[in-house]
Amino acid sequence: MNDKMNVENLEDVIVRFSGDSGDGMQLAGNIFSTISATVGNDISTFPDYPADIRAPQGSLTGVSGFQVHIGADKVLTPGDKCNVLVAMNPAALKTQYKFCTPQSIIIIDTDSFKDTDLKKAMFATDNPFEEMGIHNEVIAAPISSMCKESLKDSGLDFKAAVRCKNMFALGLVCWLFDRNLSYAEQMLREKFAKKPEIAEANIKVLNDGYNYGHNTHASATTYRIESTGAKSKGKYMDINGNKATSYGLIAAAEKAGLTLYLGSYPITPATDVLHELAKHKSLGVITVQAEDEIAGCASAVGAAFAGALAVTSTSGPGICLKSEAMNLAVITELPLVVLDVQRGGPSTGLPTKSEQTDLLQVLFGRNGESPMPVIAASSPTDCFDAAYMAAKLALEHMTPVVLLTDAFIANGSAAWKLPDLKQYPAIQPPYVTDDMKGNWTPFQRNPETGVRYWAKPGQEGFMHRIGGLEKSNETGAISTEPENHHKMTVLRAEKVAKMVKAIPDQTVEGCEDADLLVVGFGGTYGHLASAVSTLNKQGKKVALAHFKYLNPLPANTEAILKKYKKIVVAEQNMGQFAAYLRMKVEGIHLHQFNQVKGQPFVVEELVEAFTKILEA
Amino acid sequence: MSETVYTAKDYKTGQPRWCPGCGDHAFLASLHKAMATLGVAPHNIAVISGIGCSSRLPYYMNTYGMHTIHGRAAAIATGAKVANPDLTIWQISGDGDGLAIGGNHFIHAVRRNIDLNMILLNNRIYGLTKGQYSPTSCRGFVSKSSPYGTVEDPFRPAELCFGARGRFFARCAAVDAVGSEQVLVAAARHKGASVVEVLQNCMIFNNGTHEAVATAESRAKNAIYLEHGKPMLFGADKEFGLMQEGFGLKVVKLGENGITEKDILVHDAHCQDNTLQLKLALMEGPDFPIALGVIRDVEAPTYNDAVHEQVDQVSAAKKYHNFEELLMTNDIWEVK
Repeated sequence: MNDKMNVENLEDVIVRFSGDSGDGMQLAGNIFSTISATVGNDISTFPDYPADIRAPQGSLTGVSGFQVHIGADKVLTPGDKCNVLVAMNPAALKTQYKFCTPQSIIIIDTDSFKDTDLKKAMFATDNPFEEMGIHNEVIAAPISSMCKESLKDSGLDFKAAVRCKNMFALGLVCWLFDRNLSYAEQMLREKFAKKPEIAEANIKVLNDGYNYGHNTHASATTYRIESTGAKSKGKYMDINGNKATSYGLIAAAEKAGLTLYLGSYPITPATDVLHELAKHKSLGVITVQAEDEIAGCASAVGAAFAGALAVTSTSGPGICLKSEAMNLAVITELPLVVLDVQRGGPSTGLPTKSEQTDLLQVLFGRNGESPMPVIAASSPTDCFDAAYMAAKLALEHMTPVVLLTDAFIANGSAAWKLPDLKQYPAIQPPYVTDDMKGNWTPFQRNPETGVRYWAKPGQEGFMHRIGGLEKSNETGAISTEPENHHKMTVLRAEKVAKMVKAIPDQTVEGCEDADLLVVGFGGTYGHLASAVSTLNKQGKKVALAHFKYLNPLPANTEAILKKYKKIVVAEQNMGQFAAYLRMKVEGIHLHQFNQVKGQPFVVEELVEAFTKILEA
Repeated sequence: MSETVYTAKDYKTGQPRWCPGCGDHAFLASLHKAMATLGVAPHNIAVISGIGCSSRLPYYMNTYGMHTIHGRAAAIATGAKVANPDLTIWQISGDGDGLAIGGNHFIHAVRRNIDLNMILLNNRIYGLTKGQYSPTSCRGFVSKSSPYGTVEDPFRPAELCFGARGRFFARCAAVDAVGSEQVLVAAARHKGASVVEVLQNCMIFNNGTHEAVATAESRAKNAIYLEHGKPMLFGADKEFGLMQEGFGLKVVKLGENGITEKDILVHDAHCQDNTLQLKLALMEGPDFPIALGVIRDVEAPTYNDAVHEQVDQVSAAKKYHNFEELLMTNDIWEVK
C-alpha cells in the first residue's frame, strides 16, 4: 500500500496482550497467534493469568497477560521481552511494562486511563508514563468510546459494546503486522456461532481497529513477518500442552485397543485435561470427576484392575493426596498414568504459575521402596508424544508412570503438525494367554523384562487376588517371608530399571565438543535451547542435553555427564534434578542454575549465567 | 446368566485367618451361599476391600479380588465398575474403613448410585490395630484410645446412607446365616448401590456388642425381620407389632386395647419417601426392636449405566469416532 510510510521485515515478533482478566486478552492473543500460524509462521504462546477469577476491576492483581511469539522460522519460547505491549488499563501498564524494552511499542486505551483508573492502579500522578519514566512509542487510542460509537446501531447495550474492545486492539495489532483479518473473522463466527449478533459486533470492531491504524498512521512503521517455509509440509493446528496431553492419551488408548478411563478432581492447572477428555465420549472416553484427589487416583487403580488404560490427572498438591493409591499400583503392578501438571508450591503455593518442583516428590515421595518411572514433556506439542509414551510404558511394563508437565507448557501453545498414528509404535500389554491357564500365578514374570502378566476380571481361569500387602512372587499369596520381600523389592526395582531398553538414548544438541553442557528436563526446553543457540551464534562452545526420560535415565546418561568439562543443570527448582543426577552418577561436578519465580526462564538471563560459568 | 450351576464351594478359596469365633467367619459362609444362589460365574465377580480385619475377605473368595488400601475400597470399586460394568462387584469394608477414613468415598458411592454391593461389617471397634473406638462406637465407649470413654456420638450407618440418598439399605446379624444370605441376595439383585450393614461381633476387643441379636432367641425378642408387603410383627410368637403414632412409631401387643393384625404397619421397602424407612432403621432397644432385613429397596438410574448411556448417545450424535477424525474437528491449516 503506497500510503504506508515504512514497512519493515522482521524475523520474529513478540506481542503481549494485557488487561483486566475479564478484558478478553487471551482470546485476542489466541486469534493473533492462530492467524499468524495459518500464514506459515511458527508460534509459541504463554498465558499469564491471575489466580483470582475476577479481581477488582482495574486492580494491579487482576491483570491478565497473553504473550504471543511469532517467527518466520522456528520459535521455541514465547519470548522474553515484547515488541508490542497492549495495555488496556493503567494496571496493565504498571505490571506489564517490565516485559518491554525501550523500543517496544505500547498500545493503550485512553478511555481507561482516566483519574479513577489511575488511582485503582496506584498511580500518584495523572501522567503514568512520566511517573514510570516510560519514553516508548505509544499508540494512544480511545478504544472504548470508538467501540461504543461503532456499535451504537447494533442493538448492543453500552456494556456489551465495550466488551468488544479486545477486538479493536487486535485489529490494531493486525494492521501493525500486516495480518489479513479474514481468518480472524472466521474464528469469531465459529466462537460465537450461537450468538451471531455478538460475532458480527466483534468483527465490526476488529475491522475498525485495523482501519484506525491504517487511517491515522498510528505507527510510523508497520512490520511483516514472512514465512521462510522452514516448517515441514503437512497439516497443522494450534495446540496447548494440556490438550496435547489429552490427545496423546486418546491416541494411546486407541492404539492399545483399550477404553481410556480418567479419574480426576479439578485442580489448577491440570483441570483442562479433565475438560478436554470429558468432551470426547464419542471416542468411548470415560471421565469420572471424583469426590477428591484420592478417589480420582483410587478409581483409576480400580479401572486398571478392570482392564482399562487408567489415568489420573492433577497438580502437585494432588500428588500428595494420591501417593498412597499410586503406591497401590506399584505393589499390585497395575498400569496407571499419573499426570502431574506442576505449579508453584509448597502447599497451595502459586496455583496458576509454573515450576518444576515436584520432581523429587514423584520420584521418591511414597512410603517403602517404590520405584516409579517418570517422563517429562518438553514443550506444549511434546506433551502428545510424552503422554503417548507414558501410556505405552505403563501398559507394557505393568507399572504406574508419572507424566510431568507444568503450567507453562500446559497453557502455552504452539503450532503442531498433525501426527500420523500409523507411524507411532504399537502398544502391546502383556496379557495372559490361554496356554498359561492352570499354572499361572499373578506375579509370574516375563524373564527378560521382569513384567508380570495381565489377567482381567471376566476372564475364565485366571481368578486371582492382588492387593497392598506383599505377595509371594511364586504363589501370589500374602507373604511376610523376609527373603520374599527382599526379592520382590528387587524385582520391582529391576522391572523399572529394565525399561531403559524401551526408551531412546539421550541426545545432545548444539556444539559437539562443547566446553559447557547445559542439562535440563521438562518444560524448560525452549528457553534452554534458545540460550544454547544464542551462545553458539556467539561462537561459544555449548551443548544441551535435555532429558525427557527421568526414571529410568537413558542408558548413555553417565557417558554424557562424564564427557564434558563443565556441566550446568538449569531447572525451575532449587536443584532437584542436579541432586538426582549426583545420586545416579557418582563423581560428577555440576553447576546449578535455579530459579523459582513461577515464571518461565528468561533466555537473556540464561545466556548471562552460562557465559559466567564458561568464563569462570 | 451362565447355565453352570454353582455351589458355595465354587466361591471358596484359602483358609480364613480371623480369630476363632469372629463374626467374619459366619458372614463369609453366608456370602459364599448367597453367591451360589445368585449363580454369577466366579470369574465375573470382583471382591474389593479396604483395610481391616474384615477386609481380608477377598483372599477367601475364589473370584477376582483386590485387597486395597485403607478407606478407598468404594473409590477403587467405582473405577472397576465403571470401566467394566459387566462385573458384579462386592465392596467389603469395616466400620473404620467405610465410615472413618473412607467416609467420603462411602457417601459419594451411595449418592452416585453405582451398582456395587457395599458390605459394611460393623463391629464398632478397630480390631486389626488392636482395640480403638470406631466411628460407630457409642458415646462413652471405653477402649485403648479412649480410656475414660469417648466424648463423641457415633455414626448410625443407615442415617449416613439415607442422607447420601441411599436407595438400598439392609441389615443382618453375621451369626444369622439365613437372614444374612437373604439380604445379600437382595442386595446383589438390587441395581445400584446396595448398603448392607452386618452386625458383627469382635470376640477379642468388643465381645457382646451385638448381644441383642446374637442368637435366634434373642433376635426373636429384640429384633424384627422386615419383609416388603408383610405386617411388622415380632416376638417369639409374633405377638408384638409396630404402629405409627404421630410422627413416630410405637410397639403394640396384639390383642391389647383391641389391636389386631389389621392395625399393624405393613412394610413398604419400595416407598420412595424414606421417612418411615429411616425411622425403622434407627430403632434400637430397649424400647424398640432392631430392624433386620431389607429396609429400603428403591429403583433409580445407576451411575455406571448412565455413564455408558451417555457415551452411546454422544457417539450417535457426534461425527468423530476415532483419533484421526478427532484431529479434524480443530482449526487446521496446511503448509504446502
